[in-house]
Amino acid sequence: MKRVLDPDSLRALSRGCAVLGAGGGGDAHVTLLQALQATEDFGPVRLVDLDELPDDALIMPCAGIGATTVILEKFENGDEGVRLLEQLQFMTGRRVAALMAIEIGGGNGLLPITWAARIGLPVVDADGIGRAFPEVPQVTMHLAGIPASPAVMTDERGNMVVFRTISGDWMERLARAAAVEFGGAASSTEFSLTAAQARGATVRNSVSKAIRIGEALAGATSSPVAALIAEMGAFQLVTGKVLDVERHTTSGFVRGSVVIEGLGEDAGRLIRLELQNENLVALERGRVLASVPDLITVLDSETADAIATEVLRYGQRVTVIAFACDPVWRTERGIAVAGPQAFGYDFEYLPVEELAYASA
Amino acid sequence: MPVPEHRLGIDVGGTNTDAVIMDPADRVVAKAKVPCTPDITGGITKAIDTVLRAPGADPRRISHVMLGTTHATNAVLERRNLRRVAVIRIGGPATHSVRPMFGWPRDLTDTISVGTTIVDGGIEFDGRDLSPLDTDAIARFLGEVGGAAQGIVITSVFAPVSPRHELLAADIVKRELGEIHVSLSHEIGSIGLLERENATILNGALAGVARDVAEAMRAALAVHQLQPTRFFAQNDGTLMGLDHALRYPVLTIGSGPANSVRGAAFLTGSSDSLVIDVGGTSTDVGVLVNGFPRESSQGVEIGGIRTNFRMPDLVTMALGGGSVISSGPQGARIGPRSVGYLLEREALVFGGATPTLTDSAVAAGRAALGDVMPDGRHRQMLGEALARADVMLAEAIDRVKTSKEDRALVAVGGGSILVPDRIPGISEVIRPEHFDTANAVGAAIASVSGQVDRIFHVGEAGRQAMLDEACEEARERAVAAGADPRTVQIVEREEIPLAYLTNPAIRVRAKAAGALGGLPEHQLEANLSRQVRLAGAADQVAESP
Repeated sequence: MKRVLDPDSLRALSRGCAVLGAGGGGDAHVTLLQALQATEDFGPVRLVDLDELPDDALIMPCAGIGATTVILEKFENGDEGVRLLEQLQFMTGRRVAALMAIEIGGGNGLLPITWAARIGLPVVDADGIGRAFPEVPQVTMHLAGIPASPAVMTDERGNMVVFRTISGDWMERLARAAAVEFGGAASSTEFSLTAAQARGATVRNSVSKAIRIGEALAGATSSPVAALIAEMGAFQLVTGKVLDVERHTTSGFVRGSVVIEGLGEDAGRLIRLELQNENLVALERGRVLASVPDLITVLDSETADAIATEVLRYGQRVTVIAFACDPVWRTERGIAVAGPQAFGYDFEYLPVEELAYASA
Repeated sequence: MPVPEHRLGIDVGGTNTDAVIMDPADRVVAKAKVPCTPDITGGITKAIDTVLRAPGADPRRISHVMLGTTHATNAVLERRNLRRVAVIRIGGPATHSVRPMFGWPRDLTDTISVGTTIVDGGIEFDGRDLSPLDTDAIARFLGEVGGAAQGIVITSVFAPVSPRHELLAADIVKRELGEIHVSLSHEIGSIGLLERENATILNGALAGVARDVAEAMRAALAVHQLQPTRFFAQNDGTLMGLDHALRYPVLTIGSGPANSVRGAAFLTGSSDSLVIDVGGTSTDVGVLVNGFPRESSQGVEIGGIRTNFRMPDLVTMALGGGSVISSGPQGARIGPRSVGYLLEREALVFGGATPTLTDSAVAAGRAALGDVMPDGRHRQMLGEALARADVMLAEAIDRVKTSKEDRALVAVGGGSILVPDRIPGISEVIRPEHFDTANAVGAAIASVSGQVDRIFHVGEAGRQAMLDEACEEARERAVAAGADPRTVQIVEREEIPLAYLTNPAIRVRAKAAGALGGLPEHQLEANLSRQVRLAGAADQVAESP
């Protein structure tokens, strides 16, 4: 066992998940409260390494799906995970040994803890993205050829839908339509896998990483932003003020851009972030400073807390950082699924560190 | 009898209670500043008495009274005079994973709550029922805890989309318990169930505080045979009628700073300015944009409770005219203690024994105050402290500025004698007449507003129809709050598309503001032209790419 997730580590995890959300993944505050209440009521949750589990141990990946704004109003009953687990065990004929976050970024990073506390199972120190991405197939299990099916989705009322689809794209389509009928948000499990499979098909140690980020923020005495950058080996793109925010909806996703005007040392610079739920690309005078699949996160300049794309507003004092994604996203297949061209851009992906050295 | 048309503005701060009387031409004809009393009501009574007896005051002509106060915040912080409430959340079987008041400080929960429950019901984001409202469960809960409760707090999932389950629940409360204070979340906060519920619970707890303030105001005016229309200032610097304020006292919680920012701007004739308000204990630096204080982007915490109130976006420092100076290992230290309303007894320049920043300002020749010049042994420490205060002020101002060009700064508040004339990044420091009562002026000139924050569906009618609907609703709310329908204009509009949904839905925030109803015709004209200017500016903001 790596550690027991006590309330302090859950708070740190929540702040770390927000940073790894790269602007998306949903608010981590409600899921933090859920995790705190569940561990208070049912006891703490253990965090385990994949190597601690037998090869054939079944892992249940967990995620909320739907509109993040809906979850601010209508969040879970708490029993959703129990139902999903029972259905998954019924379909596979096997017992689940541990839970895992499909997406460490944003609120989804804490979701398995709420469920695990009630079920009494550990959570593995890994996830399926290493950040947040908007679509179901944009996960490392998909890159490794593990199918999303059978997937199960449930709501707070006890309705349940089982999906067996021929591809990840079909899963995305059908799951999103069902989530709308459930009231804009639902709870789901997909891409179930064994520990042996997971060792080569997930982003490992991402829960520990998120906790370390949160602890670096909490422990920083003078500059939380500097502490965070040091902890992550991140690149600071600009420090300044939000000058303009523009958003519009295209086929279910919020797209838009944010302009940040440099202040202090960065006075005179204008950085433009393009976003689709998450921050996709950072541009300066037409030049790319960083892009997906690398992470671009907007931080509050004072507290270094990550600011989600939905709450970016004119006048906020922010620092934009970028940092490397998991290496799996830099493979040919990774770039095809979640690189610039997967989001409709026509430029080639270059790693953030190369872009940073080129401009230095 | 003369036409009654003067307005009495009152601001209850942490140190002083200020009052001004303004005539129909928006001129200050009388003002007063009195120290606060431990019980807020004494200060209000004294301020009203003093200003009504001031030269220039013509009490018979006072038609409206507006009061702004930070008192509600202090009541929460000090757990004083709070009512006990029963909390009903309508949203089951959803939302059980975080129960009401989870994470609140234990002592505050114990002070306020007689019990909480989550019953089935609530609304979906698209307006459907989440589940049927469990009316029996509400009646049962009221039967169990109703006897101990002084108020009932009701919050439904997606009440901002439709308040119907909250209204049905309110009917059940009336049937079961008769007349009791009921707080409904859709009247108070916007999207964000937990934060809205928290604010609604605080509202129920503050009902007694609001009554006390309103009663003190009524009694002090009655002594002078006055029965003007009474208003309370709210977070955005606009007014709501007394009835509304008694039902929704939590909406007054950030009115103090909003008033001073608006008052300062008004006194200088500007609708976009940087404002610094230095009081006895603390300093706020804020920005006025299109006539309203710029709002914070995230909800504020009140006494450790997360709410989704938008408050004026301020930088606040524990630095004021009464800040106590002491010598420490690294030279002079400022505060955090302040002599507060005892300044005129404790400060060196008034013959006291406590060195304060006011003494620093006098010693440096920035103000002529009191009758004793601080002697040589304090001189160095006072000078060091003032230099340090100058740096703190300059940093705070720089954080608030929205562009790197030099801007003018309006300095108000009793402690603003501390503000130096030369500040980096500031083209000029404007010290308007009546700078010491700018907050009370802000209350007196405030307009009346209505606000909408809802999720709309872009159906066949399209986006424009939806925006129109939101704006119309904001207008209606402004009129319901006491605005003159002829002057109401949309002053703010924001649309946020919902992420990760396939059918288009948009969250719209709209705010309408208008002049106080029942004002004489020529004043309406003046206010109308001001509103039109603001509305034009709001459109530009909303439509800029």
